[in-house]
Amino acid sequence: MIEARGLTKDYGDKRAVDGLSFDVKPGIVTGFLGPNGSGKSTTMRLILGLDRPTAGSVTVNGKPYRRHAAPLHEVGALLEARSVHTGRSARNHLLALAQTHGIARSRVDELIDVVGLHEVARKRAGQFSLGMGQRLGIATALLGDPQTVMLDEPVNGLDPEGIRWIRDLLKALAGEGRTVFVSSHLMSEMALTADHLIVIGRGRLIADTSVDDFVAGASKKLVHVRSPQASALRDLLAGLGASIEEVDGGAFEVSGLTAEQVGEAAASQRIVLHELTPHLASLEEAFMDLTRDELEFAHVEAAT
Amino acid sequence: MSSVAIPSMEFRGRVTQVRVILSEWTKLRSVRSTRWSLLVATVLTIGFPILASAVISSHWSQRSPDERANFNALDPALIGSQIAQLAIGVLGVLAISAEYSTGMIRATLTAVPKRLPVLWAKTIVFATVTFVLMLPSVLIAFFASQSILSAHHVSLAWSHPGVARAVIGAALYLTVIAILTIGLGTIVRSTAGGISAFAAIFFVLPPLMFTLPTSWNNAISQYLPSEAGRQVFALHHAAHTLTPLTGGLVLAGYCAAAIAIAAVLLVRRDV
Repeated sequence: MIEARGLTKDYGDKRAVDGLSFDVKPGIVTGFLGPNGSGKSTTMRLILGLDRPTAGSVTVNGKPYRRHAAPLHEVGALLEARSVHTGRSARNHLLALAQTHGIARSRVDELIDVVGLHEVARKRAGQFSLGMGQRLGIATALLGDPQTVMLDEPVNGLDPEGIRWIRDLLKALAGEGRTVFVSSHLMSEMALTADHLIVIGRGRLIADTSVDDFVAGASKKLVHVRSPQASALRDLLAGLGASIEEVDGGAFEVSGLTAEQVGEAAASQRIVLHELTPHLASLEEAFMDLTRDELEFAHVEAAT
Repeated sequence: MSSVAIPSMEFRGRVTQVRVILSEWTKLRSVRSTRWSLLVATVLTIGFPILASAVISSHWSQRSPDERANFNALDPALIGSQIAQLAIGVLGVLAISAEYSTGMIRATLTAVPKRLPVLWAKTIVFATVTFVLMLPSVLIAFFASQSILSAHHVSLAWSHPGVARAVIGAALYLTVIAILTIGLGTIVRSTAGGISAFAAIFFVLPPLMFTLPTSWNNAISQYLPSEAGRQVFALHHAAHTLTPLTGGLVLAGYCAAAIAIAAVLLVRRDV
């Protein structure tokens, strides 16, 4: 369980996180979605107490992170950039972190096997590929068998097999009743993995909703329609309150009406249709729509 | 890889200072460059005095009577530790700055979010390693160099007044340098910045003092960390210098100040 209340962070005169309030609940995968630079990583650093909030507060499992006596057993985190000394082997990296909590060597070896780093566990982490680095980060996050798992862009640099593995892992963790909070700038990835979404843009909360509601609410429903009686059809649909955009001779993108409504209206007036296609905006488009205002605001501000 | 099963664990410990010390010990010994640097520091501390004494001994007959009269047999014995302080200082800075440059610090402070136990642990581990390596090194350097120089009857006995204090003092001096540079590294957070600060304080500042009027130089120089610390392993007390005890305390004071500032900044700053 992660609870943020009015969480705000300024770096100099730039506001990176702006009054965020949200809950991340156990038992489900919560996606943390936003364009690059929208404040996701900063929020995660605030949750871990690496940065101090300018205002507001955030607790994990009921306490500020710093106040936990055994933080690795409460929260396991994979942070954005690599957080590994390049001259140290994966095994010694994990061992050093494990020792702060008295976690046994056998647990370290067990996790190295779980994430599939057995072959390279004694190699220096500086020689790791991006994907191997991510796996080491996941092992670090799971080291303390934590109640809450927080991963920043975990699929970055992973091959398709690795991405699938992460998806299964996140679902398995949530299935065990853990709190799973995972950030991404890719809506399509979140749609496959997450149950709930927290969407931010420019540090502000845009949406806090289930994935299903988000998709239903945000996607613009378009109907693609083509008819030899174009002008009659246009007048008819306009009369029903639809907004119509002409694509090319005789074809329209209609919004505000379902495909069924368009078809029935045309039939009632005996207008011939050559094409009638419902078209759902993709998740990525829905996400772009939602965050567009924030991005445009950013561009305007950058231009002045 | 295909099936995902996260083994659970029964044992649940908490963060303690002793555990963080163990963790920092693992960190220190598991980086190859650190092991090499410590080995080099040890070899230099022992090797240079033996080399210097052998050269002095073989050219003894060419020395003027004046040079022979002013010869201090402790100088070649401790010449290695003067060079070792560079390696120790750089390693002290790196012990913390490398965590910042690699990003490891985020993992470290996520595991120990109270932060101060990390600073204490790094200090305790590196100071202990330095003392444990350097005390035998300076002792070996002293006895080896004196046995070489004894051929010309200019060697110093361990029982000679001030000798034991100076030899053990050299090891203590290096230990304090180890702690001081961990403080500097924590304050500056960058390898280049930390090493520059260390070099500036210990190697650049002292000669700069000679550009001051003599009376100022005499008054100020003795309180510089390098000059105050030097008295700990100096056999003879020169004019305008502190006593070994006062000098040692002044250096320890700088060290305590550096660690105190480091502690405050470490707790306050964002990572």
